[in-house]
Amino acid sequence: MTEKLPKERLLDPALKAKGRRPYFFQDPAADRLMAITMALAGELSVTRERLDTLERVLAGKGILAQEEIEAFRPDDDAKNARATLRNDYVRRVLRIIQAEFDELDQMKAEDEYQRYQEELARD
Amino acid sequence: MTGSKEMVGPPPWTDVGTHGVFPEGRHDEVARFNFLASLNVHIQTRIFPGNRLAYEKRVRPRFHAEKKREPQTRQELRPFMEADPYWQTWSALRRTYMEMRQENGRSMVLRQADKLIEKAKALNEGDPNLELNPELEVPRYLTGVDIHCMPGSYHTEALPDDVTAAANYDCGIFATTGGLLGRYNDGGGRAMLAWIRKNMPDFKPRRILDMGCGLGHNTVPLAKAFPDAEVYALDVAAPMLRYGHARAKSMGVTNIRFIQENCEKTRFEDGFFDLVVTAQFWHETSRKAMPLLMKEIHRVLAPGGVHLSLEQPPYRDMPVYDQLIRDWDAHYNNEPFWTTLHDMNMVDELVKAGFRREDCFETTFVGQMEEDFARDAGMDGGKDFGRGGSWYGVGSRKPAA
Repeated sequence: MTEKLPKERLLDPALKAKGRRPYFFQDPAADRLMAITMALAGELSVTRERLDTLERVLAGKGILAQEEIEAFRPDDDAKNARATLRNDYVRRVLRIIQAEFDELDQMKAEDEYQRYQEELARD
Repeated sequence: MTGSKEMVGPPPWTDVGTHGVFPEGRHDEVARFNFLASLNVHIQTRIFPGNRLAYEKRVRPRFHAEKKREPQTRQELRPFMEADPYWQTWSALRRTYMEMRQENGRSMVLRQADKLIEKAKALNEGDPNLELNPELEVPRYLTGVDIHCMPGSYHTEALPDDVTAAANYDCGIFATTGGLLGRYNDGGGRAMLAWIRKNMPDFKPRRILDMGCGLGHNTVPLAKAFPDAEVYALDVAAPMLRYGHARAKSMGVTNIRFIQENCEKTRFEDGFFDLVVTAQFWHETSRKAMPLLMKEIHRVLAPGGVHLSLEQPPYRDMPVYDQLIRDWDAHYNNEPFWTTLHDMNMVDELVKAGFRREDCFETTFVGQMEEDFARDAGMDGGKDFGRGGSWYGVGSRKPAA
């Protein structure tokens, strides 16, 4: 049961929900690609919203200068912060593969769900 | 807050109603929810209606060619629909969407878990309006799978005094519904209240019971509308109750008592309540629990009292295609009792539980849109298939003494 998982798994935002994970295309690779693509689409949307925020704030203060963006070089703190951002980014985009990994832990989930449905119907 | 300007999409997450335990959203977390809300509206209004076209143009003719007749049940139709590429794309997208919503809500909430727990504690500590029972066994129909793909379901506690399951539910339901439940996700409660105002304008319940209250989002509108009433909100999940009590209290609502109890058998004496409500409750129970819960409603209802339940509609008299669509959540979104419930007749069940048939009724709870918040974008020919707009209602009365 999910609630019996170790604490660090419970605190993982990408924890897989207990129960079978349905796949819809003939080849589950397509489902996987769909999930990855939508995560990418989401993150791109987030980035564009952030840029829009930034540009509006800077323009509001009259300090937006395109050349500064081109000339920017990160210092060590910024390098680390950006590496963390990218790590989180990749984890989020490839979330579905982690879910499949988790599924291997619950190989019987498919049958169990079916049995559970039937059981509740009879219960 | 939106002004008088015509808005082109769902409201941004920053317009959602906040309260004392509501999670704080960082810029990108907010932007992620904004993306999900827009994506949800796009899927519902622009992609979803194509399923009907795929059904009419491809699936139904294929069924006909093979069986020489119309599909008569959703069970025999499902494999044909599942083979259609449009259904596959829509379903894959919708499932992925649900998972993304969970991941975003959880990452937002879990990074501030300690803070949220502290805030809830400060509001809850020593308050008799929150009563938890750590010994209570959570029924198997809520633990067998994680309901609607919510990792850990309602009850799992990852941390002491955990409220994260509720905070995740609260901050993300906005995205799943495109904001259609309103600023405080309380559309169900407000719809039932509007029904009461219209159909029983003089009704002044002294005591109200909300069974399976979750975080109390549908309880609060009733408690506010009847400030002199004692309201009891029951649930089996401690994280929901801790958060729900803190939330209501921070909103200035102090006439709700949140109690961790299994509604199949409550502590209340016979005839204690004038009004018993449930919202989106029955489909998360089981065949064995239902009659017990209904008998309990009958037992605790006072003479002249009324019970109202807001649910997804039953499948009877529904075209096979609509049944198939409505049954999506049962198969692909971890709602294991959904199919069984919607094939049942709730009125028959209420009669078995002790209500007279003439005292039972089915009705519609009409969604009360907030003018300055999300607007129904008009889904499949007015049918939104259960995520806002209006809901199926079933109710029962106990004759006055």
